[in-house]
Amino acid sequence: MFDLGKYADAILSSWGITLALLIALVLVTWRRSVQVKKALHAAEQRASKNV
Amino acid sequence: MSLWEFANPVKFMALSGKVLPWVVGLTVLTLVPGMIWGFFFTPEAANFGNSVKIIYIHVPSAMMAINIWVMMLVTSLIWIVRRHHVSVRAAKAAALIGVTMTVIALITGAIWGEPMWGTYWAWDPRLTSFLILFLFYLGYMALWAAIENPDTAADLTSVLCIVGSVFALLSRYAVNFWNQGLHQGASLSMDKEEHVADVYYLPLLLCIAGFILLFVALVLIRTRTELRLVRLHRLEIRERMKDV
Repeated sequence: MFDLGKYADAILSSWGITLALLIALVLVTWRRSVQVKKALHAAEQRASKNV
Repeated sequence: MSLWEFANPVKFMALSGKVLPWVVGLTVLTLVPGMIWGFFFTPEAANFGNSVKIIYIHVPSAMMAINIWVMMLVTSLIWIVRRHHVSVRAAKAAALIGVTMTVIALITGAIWGEPMWGTYWAWDPRLTSFLILFLFYLGYMALWAAIENPDTAADLTSVLCIVGSVFALLSRYAVNFWNQGLHQGASLSMDKEEHVADVYYLPLLLCIAGFILLFVALVLIRTRTELRLVRLHRLEIRERMKDV
């Protein structure tokens, strides 16, 4: 690991928190998208059977 | 062809489905190299030392926090004037991304402020207006969650968005208005003498482009999810009506 000097704690915590939040945002978005897509697909299939 | 055609959910889904893989690809191609360049390959700054590496996340997230609210303002106005569902759903979809960017900007700013200013927080005009913007984001999302009727929720959140825009603009121009407080002026400027040196500027531009593209990719995915939810709710209501 290269030397970040006296600001190492500030830099690593800033980058760590940022990456964690961005990854969480992407995962939440992706997970919700998959869940809704599945639920809609199931609902459309039920609707087409009922017709 | 009119731009308003894409206010039609079917056309929006078709176009966004085609564009999305390209946007995701471009996001990876800009954000990953930009962050690696900024973190690993930029030199120490004379006055800030290595803490300058924080600007590659702080500046893009702060810019996005404000600009996402402006995007929400535009789409909310479109809803109020033309009643296009896609636009207000896009505003709703953008809110979580905006609040995340605001939190990142506030946290990284506070962490950077401690060694530079000797404090994590000061009631400086820019910092305070940014905190109020964060509260507006929370209020906007809470309002959507609290109101059952989607059209009423869209109306009220759109009005809230217009009110909150005052603080989005204050966050951007507070330093110019008051010319006081701890926060320095813009890091990027069209004036060559004002903006940061190229060695920091170029990776910063790449990170900003990456954050913008990440926002576009996420807002497209989230808007598509919102539109699917509308269709899902309609189908569920139709099912319940048949059961009755």
